Amino acid sequence: MELSGLAFYFVGFLIAGGIYAILCLALNIQWGMGGLFNAGIAGFFAVGAYASAIVTAASSNGKHLGGFALPVPLGLLAAALVAGITGWAVAKVCVRLKSDYLAMASIGIAEILRLVIVNEQWLTNGSLGIANIPRPFEGLVRGREADLLFMAVIWLIVIAVYVLCARLNNSPWGRTLRAIRDNEDSARAVGKDVEWFRLQTFVIGAALMGIAGALSASYFKFLSPAATEPLLVTFLVWVMLMAGGSGNPKGAIAGALLIWGIWSATEIFTNRLPGEWATRSSYVRMLLVGLLLQFVLQRYRQGLIPEKSPKLEFERK
Amino acid sequence: MITLDRVSMRFGGLVAVDDVSLEIHGGRITGLIGPNGAGKTTLFNMIAGRLLPSSGHIVLEGRDITKLPVHERSHMGLARTFQIPQEFGRLTVLENLMVAGNGEKGDSVFNAAFRHRNYRAEEEEIYHRARETLDFLELQKLSEAKAGTLSGGQKKLLELGRALMGNPRIILLDEIGAGINRTLLVRIAEMIARLNVERGLSFCLIEHDLAYVQRLCSDVIVMAEGRVLTRGTVEEVRRDERVIEAYFGGGKYEERA
Repeated sequence: MELSGLAFYFVGFLIAGGIYAILCLALNIQWGMGGLFNAGIAGFFAVGAYASAIVTAASSNGKHLGGFALPVPLGLLAAALVAGITGWAVAKVCVRLKSDYLAMASIGIAEILRLVIVNEQWLTNGSLGIANIPRPFEGLVRGREADLLFMAVIWLIVIAVYVLCARLNNSPWGRTLRAIRDNEDSARAVGKDVEWFRLQTFVIGAALMGIAGALSASYFKFLSPAATEPLLVTFLVWVMLMAGGSGNPKGAIAGALLIWGIWSATEIFTNRLPGEWATRSSYVRMLLVGLLLQFVLQRYRQGLIPEKSPKLEFERK
Repeated sequence: MITLDRVSMRFGGLVAVDDVSLEIHGGRITGLIGPNGAGKTTLFNMIAGRLLPSSGHIVLEGRDITKLPVHERSHMGLARTFQIPQEFGRLTVLENLMVAGNGEKGDSVFNAAFRHRNYRAEEEEIYHRARETLDFLELQKLSEAKAGTLSGGQKKLLELGRALMGNPRIILLDEIGAGINRTLLVRIAEMIARLNVERGLSFCLIEHDLAYVQRLCSDVIVMAEGRVLTRGTVEEVRRDERVIEAYFGGGKYEERA
């Protein structure tokens, strides 16, 4: 069976959309539930991507660390671990900061991580990047069917992450987190260890961002410092969460697909512009997405699917 | 129950609380009064752990809690309300109370993610306790409302309810009566008296309305300029000339004039 061009495009759309959905769910834990303003998403994403690439890529040509050719699931595990540990270290230093200061600190940290990735050639092969990063179940099928299979894997992971997020959101733990977000002093006064909850939140979010990074590296089979570009990761993911509905895991996925859809559609549009405009297209699109965010924030402040308090099983009838 | 031993709090050059030693007795409703800027709220904040004293010691039931984090004092049975209500605005009223129920199993992230059966019984117990508290506060109808949308008086009630949810032994009430109407004021006073008699709960309250203090408190501490001025029943402190002077400014200005 031959897939038509349009369906093929759609598969590619859903793969990237799924990776964004994971990032968005991760940010929803940190910001939507925990109120932690992480403006360094790209940093954790890149750390995860490199961790996975280093342990799973088949060879490193002796130029940098890696070439262990481990199976992809171990790559994902490594991504979650290394990104989680990075998140832990960052949180240890930064979670006491109020939201706007945390935002500044996290931008700085993402920049440090980017510089490390660009300059530490023994580790990351610098700007030459790492090639031959495997996908899960590679070799089972070839060509376009391989993309289809990868899409299925991605969405299985999205579903797993969604179930995790929904459980966290509906649990007393999630309720405590939302309470801390709303009023830190009161949360302390009713007996909550605010720093401990924030540390956990930051680490879980960072680990999930790392997994998204690893999947992205697998998808492109190649990884270079361009992956640390904040425009395509940090900025877009924030727009997605705001549009979808901060504080609601369903909203996070809806926002990821919606904004990624608009982003992809504007690419079709800007490609038809005359030459001198097309070269500036990425900035034009950024402008459009920025305008869209303005519109969403003015008209639908809570996003498409607003936050909702979870139902209690034993609620009186 | 709570003992303060030579506690001081300095903010730069300002001495907000100056070498205060006092005891708040268990089982009683103790009033803390004094003019604005006397250091009452600062004293509360040090007892509750929000501020670390510049010097001195605070002892709660035999344990030195001077440097203990706020949440651990809460676990020891010390609860408080805030002068300006600090509700969890985007949580429902019921959730505001349930958060304060302090379920240990439910606050574990591992249970939340993988073993939600583990906290179900505990959660159910907290739920019923929260419902009882809503009944007590007569806030049942608002249980599903977002706390941020409540009126000032309702928020005060919620603050009291939240303090009760932790099963405390003493509650510090910082101007629970400020800015609310007379009817509600009387209702809250009745609640405090009931809790004190029926559950043996101790209170320490900051209040400006002396009639209110007289109605509730058998024991009144008067503060002025960071120090304890005097202590006794409302009648006794009312007769004290230093108290009148502190409240009505008097003294120094008149002498100069």
